[in-house]
Amino acid sequence: MSRYTITGETGEWEIVVGLEVHCELLTKTKLFCGCPNAFGDEPNTNVCPVCLGLPGSLPVLNRRAVEMAMAIGTALGCEIRPSSFHRKNYFYPDMPKDYQVTQYDEPLNVEGRLTLVDGTPIGIVRAHMEEDTGKTTHMGGDGRIHGADYSLVDYNRSGVPLVEIVSAPDLRSPEQARSYVSELRAILVATGASDGRMEEGSLRVDANVSVRRFGGEEFGTRCEIKNLNSLRSLVRAIEYESRRQVELLERGGSVDQETRHWNEVEGRTSSMRSKEEAYDYRYFPEPDLVPLAPPAEWIAEVVAKLGLMPAQRRERLASLLGESSEAIEEQVATVIDLGLDDLVVATIASGADSRLVMARAANEAAQQPDAARQLDPERFGELIGLEAAGTLSATQAKAVLGELLTNGGRPADIADRLGFKALASDELGAVIDAVIAANPGEWDRYVGGDDKVAQFLLGKVMRETKGRANGKLVAEALASRRG
Amino acid sequence: MNEPLSKDAVAHIARLARLELGEAELSRFAGQLSAVLEHVEAIQRLDTAEVPPTSHPFELVNVLRDDERSACLPREAVLAAAPAAQDGRFRVPRILGEAP
Amino acid sequence: MSETEAFAGGALAIAARVRSGELSARVVTEAALEEIAASEPLLHCFNTITAERALAAADAVDAKVLAGEDPGPLAGVPVALKDNLCTRGVPTTCSSRILEGWRPPYDATVVARLSAAGAVSVGKTNLDEFAMGSSTETSATGPTRNPWDPARVPGGSSGGSAAAVAAGLVPLALGSDTGGSIRQPAALCGVVGLKPTYGLVSRYGLVAFASSLDQIGPFALTLADAAATLQVIAGHDERDSTSLAHPVADLATELRRGVEGLRVGVVADFLSEASGSCAAAVRQAADALADAGALVKEVAIPELLHGLSAYYLIAPAEASSNLARYDGVRYGLRVDGDDVQEMNARTRSAGFGDEVKRRIMLGTYVLSAGYYDAYYAQAQRVRTVILRSFARAYEDCDVLLAPTTPSVAFPIGAKTADPLEMYLSDLFTIPTNLAGHPALSVPFALGEEGLPVGVQVLAPALGEGPMLRAGAALEAVAAPGARGPVRPQLGGPLAGVAR
Ligand SMILES: [Mg+2]
Ligand SMILES: [Zn+2]
Repeated sequence: MSRYTITGETGEWEIVVGLEVHCELLTKTKLFCGCPNAFGDEPNTNVCPVCLGLPGSLPVLNRRAVEMAMAIGTALGCEIRPSSFHRKNYFYPDMPKDYQVTQYDEPLNVEGRLTLVDGTPIGIVRAHMEEDTGKTTHMGGDGRIHGADYSLVDYNRSGVPLVEIVSAPDLRSPEQARSYVSELRAILVATGASDGRMEEGSLRVDANVSVRRFGGEEFGTRCEIKNLNSLRSLVRAIEYESRRQVELLERGGSVDQETRHWNEVEGRTSSMRSKEEAYDYRYFPEPDLVPLAPPAEWIAEVVAKLGLMPAQRRERLASLLGESSEAIEEQVATVIDLGLDDLVVATIASGADSRLVMARAANEAAQQPDAARQLDPERFGELIGLEAAGTLSATQAKAVLGELLTNGGRPADIADRLGFKALASDELGAVIDAVIAANPGEWDRYVGGDDKVAQFLLGKVMRETKGRANGKLVAEALASRRG
Repeated sequence: MNEPLSKDAVAHIARLARLELGEAELSRFAGQLSAVLEHVEAIQRLDTAEVPPTSHPFELVNVLRDDERSACLPREAVLAAAPAAQDGRFRVPRILGEAP
Repeated sequence: MSETEAFAGGALAIAARVRSGELSARVVTEAALEEIAASEPLLHCFNTITAERALAAADAVDAKVLAGEDPGPLAGVPVALKDNLCTRGVPTTCSSRILEGWRPPYDATVVARLSAAGAVSVGKTNLDEFAMGSSTETSATGPTRNPWDPARVPGGSSGGSAAAVAAGLVPLALGSDTGGSIRQPAALCGVVGLKPTYGLVSRYGLVAFASSLDQIGPFALTLADAAATLQVIAGHDERDSTSLAHPVADLATELRRGVEGLRVGVVADFLSEASGSCAAAVRQAADALADAGALVKEVAIPELLHGLSAYYLIAPAEASSNLARYDGVRYGLRVDGDDVQEMNARTRSAGFGDEVKRRIMLGTYVLSAGYYDAYYAQAQRVRTVILRSFARAYEDCDVLLAPTTPSVAFPIGAKTADPLEMYLSDLFTIPTNLAGHPALSVPFALGEEGLPVGVQVLAPALGEGPMLRAGAALEAVAAPGARGPVRPQLGGPLAGVAR
């Protein structure tokens, strides 16, 4: 990837980005209580004394949440360590206790790495556990926080388990940031810990952005940008914010270290600081929880259950497909995205043609991914075999696959039922001879070297056979008759 | 010897703690808190370089619950306790800044 | 039946008679409610009296007895609950304006366990606001008075519970002890007060003051009653992550074991800090234990005197965070403001009293950027020092003996102007909380002005057994009249009932 720079009036600037990604875990219940961890229910129905922070209530840690956090750590190559919870103290109405229980100086996962699809390694500083807040709706004004008359709070989300994944400031362009989040999302989904839905807020990204003179060593002052709820917002916000900082610095100003809000409609970031607000989180060890020190056997269990990660899946497919092209890379991405790569691998392993398997999986099977994931590789292999042998034309094979995905059955039986009788080669030969006899002028031109006429002749054959002929075989037969 | 707490420092702490204190209270607390801090200063002189901190009296670890549902509270009961509620939610005056 | 007859012999005696059908729980409950109502104008032990619920609970006990079902070990025993224990549907105020009108939607684990054991809760007792104090004077509902002398404090913060038992209004009460809040008022009121090992009794439903120090325990007139209550409320609770899984010893058996061979250390460092009668009581107690066959010696544990300073950093720090949730959003008081920050600040300023504000401020300060290491972290290290010095002492002692308080009950108002002076009331009780150990105050002697003096028995973690053995030996030789019930100056139906 070429270097991304911003050209200012005084020279070239480089951007430095680190991302904090909050990932909601797909547990049944919340982090510290047995309320359902569910999205979209009636407000304040999934609450209890614990997640409402009622006086006297106490937290108890969800085992499954810890396992998911360890799975994420493992997938990111982190070291899993003894850890503890702290309280992060600040007042905000969506936080029932007015402190957040989070891991501070002893996070569960540390020092990992995420490799971007293009091979760039990005450091993972930590991936720690914490609880989510409730949800605030601003009323009056235009529905945004500024200018609102009042706000309403729903605590259904309060206490939902989160893992916060903090990258090193290793990203150097908006595109890299996009690529990082996209790969991270795929990894999180692969661990089974996340549904990866940014638009529903189950994955939330904050970006720490700073700029420096191109080639510089020191980091500039960074701003943290919040409210990035799509990959598009992420890219636009980083572009905007870095340019803002460059312009500020070039005018002789300085960047304030602060949190900024991305406004998607206006396409700009703005300071979130309110008048007179002082923040000082006064972290201290959470006395209501005891430390977490996962024993080696527990970690091993989690590691053993972990499936392949996207990068491993890509490698596995690439090695089966041999040389690659952009089109093939796209097919690979689609198949992995839809969770069809296990099917592809198993089908190829059964002896089916790898390119053909890939094509049918990425195009036709991808239309019905849920059914395709249930498909028996043996049946899929049978179908590919019929197509590869010329018994079924491409069109016929697609039709049979559609039927296979919808109603099941054996590919050969389906083909029979659809009337896709295999065309015996002598029958095909007779049809070809008849077509040549009926179109002597075109045949002469073809024999004379006009290859374009082949298409015409092939079309005639196909019409005569009502599409039952294999186009490749027809072309071969025509060529051999030309001599 | 620790500096006694100034009124400004007390005002800053009050802001962090979301307490609204009048001038008289600020002065009174400044004096009282300074006296307590002066008393506890003795422990700052103890040599504890080799002593680890204790935050829990006992060394329990890995206290966990299974990921299983338990009963929620009825929403009417939850909202009945609220100083103000609307549309099934808690109502609060306008919020001046985003969460940090 | 008069109250004295109904209450004769204390909690276990009442339970035995109710279980046998000889006495009805309703009669006992009615007697208690009558006494409470009569005493309230003078003593103000209660924030809330739950007469109807109590009578219904008593009737349920009587029905069980009639049906031949087991009504539980505390059947029909009236019990008073400190008003920082959550009771479903019953106001739980922590004696603070900020929780005005709040009715918890759930019962604290201890409340559920007491009720399952057949005890009848009669109401919620007064305390220092959020349990922050040593005199029950910081309560938003006004002070509780000491039944021995209504011009004096009952101690605190569980002053309402201690005074209610001392005045004979109830034979049992629960309190909470963060730095001495059970033992100190027990001593000043002449009753037994027991602070269990941290984690032995679930804190679920106890409104938190300082989570790593808080522990719930009983007040009673006799050690046997206190032990029986502890037996009921102790034991693992999966809703409290700090709850110990350890099985609870058979405390009644421990009580009868005697002190032959028990190794007792007298904490010399505390004696010089205590008033004449308080120090003298400990010496007498030591002699009595030696006479009963214990091996008594003096031990020096000077580090314990640093406990007070560590405590007044750790407890406010935790409190500043625990009390942040009282912000006017979800329950309790709200004072409106133009924006949410203003509403929060106005609510908290109007809802909290001075002592609570002081501790919130102190805790906020010691956790804040730049001060954490010098104050909070250092206090945590001192906590380790105290744990280690206790461990050393317990290498050759089974229990330790100390005064519970530096002096007898002081006059109302005597220490309210000087917080530090008030804090010193807990000098001898605090180290136990920092260590998470159990300790007990036994009413043992009469001191200055004829006021009760308690002696404290300390034990290592889960040392409730040896602690009760020593306590029982002291109870057996305590000065006649050193413990309640006491009824001086009470008007109405209580007049003339005083011993
Ligand atoms: Mg975080
Ligand atoms: Zn909940």
